[in-house]
Amino acid sequence: MNDFYLIVKNLTRKKMRLVLTSFAIFIAFLIFGSVMALNNALNSGVEMSADNRLVVTNKINFTQPLPIAYVSKVKSVEGVKDVTYANWFGGYYQEPANQVITMAVDPDSYFDVYSELILEPGVKERWQKHRTGILVGERMAQAKNWKVGDRIPVSSNIFSQKSGGHTWEFDIDGIFKGQDKQTDTNYMVFHHKYFMETQAWGGDYVGWMIFTTTDSALNEQVAKVVDERFANSAAETETKTEKAFNKAFIEQIGNIGLIIFAVVFMAFFIILVVVGNTMVLAIRERTGEIAVLKTLGFSSKRIFNMVLAESCLLSFLGGVLGMLAATIIVKGASAELASFLPNLILGQSVWLQGLAYMLLFGLITGIIPAVSALRLNIITAFNRI
Amino acid sequence: MNDNNIFELKQVEKSFNKGKESISIFEELNMNIKQGEFLAIMGPSGSGKTTLLNLLGGVDQPTGGEVWFDDARIDSLNEGQLAKWRANNIGFIFQFYNLMPMLNAARNVELPLLLTNLSGSERDKRVATALELVGLADRAKHMPSEMSGGQQQRVAIARAIVSDPKLLLCDEPTGDLDRKTADEILEMLQLLNREFGKTIVMVTHDPSAAKYATHTVHLDKGQFVPEEA
Repeated sequence: MNDFYLIVKNLTRKKMRLVLTSFAIFIAFLIFGSVMALNNALNSGVEMSADNRLVVTNKINFTQPLPIAYVSKVKSVEGVKDVTYANWFGGYYQEPANQVITMAVDPDSYFDVYSELILEPGVKERWQKHRTGILVGERMAQAKNWKVGDRIPVSSNIFSQKSGGHTWEFDIDGIFKGQDKQTDTNYMVFHHKYFMETQAWGGDYVGWMIFTTTDSALNEQVAKVVDERFANSAAETETKTEKAFNKAFIEQIGNIGLIIFAVVFMAFFIILVVVGNTMVLAIRERTGEIAVLKTLGFSSKRIFNMVLAESCLLSFLGGVLGMLAATIIVKGASAELASFLPNLILGQSVWLQGLAYMLLFGLITGIIPAVSALRLNIITAFNRI
Repeated sequence: MNDNNIFELKQVEKSFNKGKESISIFEELNMNIKQGEFLAIMGPSGSGKTTLLNLLGGVDQPTGGEVWFDDARIDSLNEGQLAKWRANNIGFIFQFYNLMPMLNAARNVELPLLLTNLSGSERDKRVATALELVGLADRAKHMPSEMSGGQQQRVAIARAIVSDPKLLLCDEPTGDLDRKTADEILEMLQLLNREFGKTIVMVTHDPSAAKYATHTVHLDKGQFVPEEA
């Protein structure tokens, strides 16, 4: 027998209370794990953004186009390394509910700017020469069970063909991979030139430009020069780092961080009060036993630590089970939501945060009863029982 | 301090505040307890018996005077030092046994040994010996709720002696037991005193219990009074 044995015995002496309180903590951490995984999935684009990559959009808003002539002007700005451009396609496969993220891009420069995307040797060259070719991201190819050589019809819910109809047919020329697991590969890209030539309102414009700088320290300065270059023109620009652009894009839904914080805070606060109250009552019931332990020679500090450890153990019991359940749920959901939230993973960082919160939760719920036990006077306690 | 004395109280004062009023329990109380003595302290309710026992056990401190134990003053020790001193020197036996309900008999007996540096196997040996001594070797795995009052008190005695303390303090140890069981418990205390040389101080209001002691003192209104003829 040791102190840990005593702590476990105390914790498990009332089974129903243990089940109910750990269930409450389980729910708190189930919510925490699931919501944090969702938050991370929504923010993964922001987190994965390259430090030296910037996005140029029309100042009015990013749905307004920019003249294609801007591309060479941006390229001439000092500090700019590579420039590419893209246009949103708004694709779906077979039916509108089956959304597939598709963009028309410049085949010559796109993979220079997105260097984290990896193609097998020779694929890029083959695709550059193949006007109706498309490159599919690995995650999307896996989700749709597509392979190189397949011909796929992709429809747009925004654009239509000059010849009528909304569907373009593409040949899959290759599958690009990400340099790590978090890199988004749940989309596909095809020739911008082909898109402009075939769509009803085609012209010499691009949706937005993306460029890299020679040094991320130059980002602010280069962005300023670019925007100044197009100031007072028909299409003024707004240049942001990719990180800021992605963040602003996500926040169109609302302040995700605040929503997440509110949900997690409410869940934690209510359960904190319930568990804290239960711990206070549990220790109060043991007043006599604590007095006996002190009489036998257990120091007040040792009893304080034991009460706090009991509270932390309870927190870890419910918390770890809650996080495990959240991991299972997130894993199940990630398969279903792969096309919307490709990075829906309850990863190591959420687990570490969860463990830190479990410790904090245990300390907060245990501190009042632990201090009561610390201060408990033997004579007063024996007079009370 | 006399070599034969284990405890010596010199001019001990104890008072507590009730509202604005200060109530005195002891004024200049002097007392010696000899090594190997089985002392019964008797007296009516409110005479200060339990307060005296608390002072001897280091769970309460006097407001004046000196308390000496084996050539060391204990009234000046702080709370942490007193806890350590209690663990090393005192075994407590309570009226209502005060066993931990979630621990079996053996684990209850083992509790004071958690405050020592003994190994697990050594602790198990000592627990077995203590339970054997109180005649409960076969009840080691029983929970307190599965035992009678007398058996629980015997477990409490085993707990009190397992770390081999110099002094056993018993607060009405038979107050919750029937006569027959009370006699068994008192015989056991007598055995511990006679055969194992344990110094025992027992507070009781029961004259039959006091008969088992080697010496009896009467306390009334905070003062020792001579026994009536």
